Formats: sequence, structure tokens, C-alpha cells
Amino acid sequence: MVTSGLSRTALCATHEQLGAKMSPFGGFLMPIHYSGILDEHRAVRSAAGMFDLSHMGQFVARGAAVADWLDGLTTNHVATMRPNQARYNIFTNEAGGALDDAIIYRLEGRWLIVVNAANSEKMWRWLSARKPDGVSLEDRTPESALIAVQGPRSLELLQPLTDVDLGGVKYYHAALGEVGGVAVEMARTGYTGEDGFELFVPASAAPALWERLMREGERVGLKPAGLGARDMLRLEASMPLYGHELDERITPLQAGLGWAVKLDKPAFTGKAALAAQQAADTYERIAGAIMDGKAPARAGYAVYHGSEKIGEVRSGSPAPALGGKNILTALVASSVSAPGTRLEVDIRDQRHPATVVPLPFYTRKA
Amino acid sequence: MSVPTDRLYTKEHEWVKLDGSTALVGITDYAQSSLGDIVYVELPKPGAALTQSKAMGVVESVKAVSDIFAPLSGTVAEVNATIMDDPATVNKDPYGEGWLVKLAAANVAESKALLDPAAYEKVVESEQH
Repeated sequence: MVTSGLSRTALCATHEQLGAKMSPFGGFLMPIHYSGILDEHRAVRSAAGMFDLSHMGQFVARGAAVADWLDGLTTNHVATMRPNQARYNIFTNEAGGALDDAIIYRLEGRWLIVVNAANSEKMWRWLSARKPDGVSLEDRTPESALIAVQGPRSLELLQPLTDVDLGGVKYYHAALGEVGGVAVEMARTGYTGEDGFELFVPASAAPALWERLMREGERVGLKPAGLGARDMLRLEASMPLYGHELDERITPLQAGLGWAVKLDKPAFTGKAALAAQQAADTYERIAGAIMDGKAPARAGYAVYHGSEKIGEVRSGSPAPALGGKNILTALVASSVSAPGTRLEVDIRDQRHPATVVPLPFYTRKA
Repeated sequence: MSVPTDRLYTKEHEWVKLDGSTALVGITDYAQSSLGDIVYVELPKPGAALTQSKAMGVVESVKAVSDIFAPLSGTVAEVNATIMDDPATVNKDPYGEGWLVKLAAANVAESKALLDPAAYEKVVESEQH
């Protein structure tokens, strides 16, 4: 395997010791699976799974002007965020296309912007070039690991290891404290469709904390989980993956993220284009569909409506949460995006029928 | 990875167990382990003619589509119905219940081009490094 030029996270050696299958992702050598994607998926949906997400870019911004600055570059509200709050957001270009999707955390005295690994360099350049006086920006990715504990038993696992009342940390909120004796920033965020926490940990302390969580996790059925399970979990929960449901030519409105596009903000890059797109309402959009048959749909396969090719599969996977049915997303004309519409996917020169369904595919029981 | 000594192999990780001119075909333990959870198998229908080294179907894991190559020329006599219903059988028992197809080999002499177990183990070793 050619692995030269790849970055290693602080937990890379830990994954290798656990026997993970490692592959390049976003410039890093990352674990794809340990015990198996289906087994790891099951752990996250029914108990808990632990992910190394240290490849994601972590930028820290400081200064009184940060909120207004970020508000001018993103589609969702930033200035209305209170300390210890997290919010999903999208950085857009002038055409309204997504430069990246990110979670912005407002912490005490600083802001944390977590970007996709594949976009980290691009976003660093984008933000640095637009940084006003009075704002400082730091890329702390190499010094800070990110460990996500996701699944219905996450709180039960973590609570005995911290003095922070985790039940009091609401969804998309953050807290500072110690977990297993390590000072971390913790947030009730994730990318799996389950309850869970993300822990920002000093890189030097990450291997010991990971191993502690593995030991403590035995009592709740915790398993280490790789990017393979993560992709399946996020697709079931209909969370976009940059490069698939979102890119520089796909706007957040097209990706079904209209709830995170605040056209009432006074100004932000791409606002005019997004306002025009929303007003016309004729744009191509991401639709979700379920295959009738057992053959999995894969990214890149052609999608047909009758005899007309209308797009390509953007993401596709078997979905254990839907009884193993094969699910997919595709960017299609608004006229064929309504639930119930019959589509066909070309798999090895055979047409396989699918039906458009409302998204998300999967929602956890409250 | 287990490599049973009672059969022959291809460098693409299929195995063949010959009984006269009848050949049972599957994928190896190394192949199933590399692929991970197998969720779908597409195989030729009984009666289909196969040519040695040509693609004859696919095995799909959650993440990957992998071609299966015919280890010998011949005609498909039987397809394993079990794995069509439960593809994970290929993961659980690649050399037994997880077999793929049974062939009527057209020319058993073609098996000279296949690898013996020791040669196949070397292929696996070289891929692991």
C-alpha cells in the first residue's frame, strides 16, 4: 500500500495494534474498519462506538469580531450563538456552492471551527485571506485529537469518567472538563444519527484516553468503529458528506439544508445566488431512494427516469437500519424528486428499480 | 489466513476443488477477509459458458465491488443458492458452505495454470506487505 505523504493521527498506532484495516482518507491514514462495518454499525445503533476523527481540521479563532466575520462567510447564524453552543454551518462561494460544511463551536473566549479533512487546506487559505484585523486564527489540528463516542449508551459510558453533568449538556452544546483525568472540550454532537459526544483531546493524551475508554466501554458494549461504519451511519441519517451530497457546485438548498440557510442575515457570501435559487424553486436537488432489489447502488452509477438519464448516484450503501435494503442519494431535477417517484439505477448495464422516499432514511427513537 | 491443501488457487484469490471434471469454486479466506462484510453476490446462471481468467461475476462488500474470475473454462452446473440468500455465508465459511459455483470443466489440463497452496500463500504474503 502506498502510504507515503500521508499524515498519521495521534491514534494511528493504536488502530494498527487493534488490527484495523487502514486506508488513506483526506490526506490521513485512517481506520476503515476493525471488527467489520456491519458489526461496528450495530454497536453504534444499539450500544456505543468510538471513532478517531483527528483528521478533521480544527481551527481556533479569537477576537471580538469573530462572530460577525463568520456570519459573513456562512449560511447559518453565528452571532446569535451563546457560549458553549455548537452549530452546523456551511461556508459558501459567491454562487452559493458549498466550500465546506462545518461545525462551529462557541467556547469561553474562543471559537472552534471543525472542517472536513479533505477541505482543511482550502478552508485555511479561504479563512486566512479574509481574516479581519482583531481576529486571530490558529490551526491546531496536529496538536488536538478528536474522539467521538456515539450511540445510545454513550452517556452511560462517559458519565462515571467526568464531573461534568453530561445529561445537562444538550444536543449541539459543549462543555469544558476532564474525562478520565484529561482536560477536554466535549460536545454533544456527532455524525451518526445517534446520541453521543465528541471529545477534543490534546494529541499527547489521546492514546491513553482511547485505551481507558475501550476498557471502561466493555460494560456497555463499546466497539472501535471506522470510517466505513461512519459513512453508512451518516447516510442512513441523511447527513451530507462533502464531495457527495455537497460540493462547490451543489448549494446547501440543493442538498436539502435549507434549514441552515438564513436568508434573513444581512449579508453573506453567496446570499444573492441562494436567494435567487430559493425564489425560483426549480433547482436540481438531492433525493433519497430505496432500491427494490439486493444489488447495492454505488456512487457514480447512472440514474434514469424512464429512458432519460437524470443523474448519478452520489452515495449508496446497504442500510442495516432499514433491514438491509440498499439506499442511495442522487442529485435530480425537482420534477422527479417527489417521494413515490420510480427511478432506475444502472448497475453493470442492467436497470434496477428504486423508489424516491422522504429523508431522512433513519431517525432514532426518542 | 487459512489455505487448505486440498485445492488449487488463482492469484485473484479464487479457489478450485476438482473432482474428476467437476470443479467447485469459491473465494479464499484472505479474499473474504480483505473485502469485509459481503452483502451481495452476482453469479452466472446454470448453463452459462465460462472462459478461464475471464470475469464471471461479482462479490460486493459494504464498501467494494470485486470481480470474480473463472479459474477454469467450462459450463456452470450449479450456483450456491445459500449465498444468494445469505451472502455473509461467504465470510463465515469461504471454503465450505460459502462456495460460489460448481462447474463442468471443459479442459481439466487448464488447471496446470493454477497455483498450488504453497504458491498461493506466497501471493497472499506479498500482498500483505
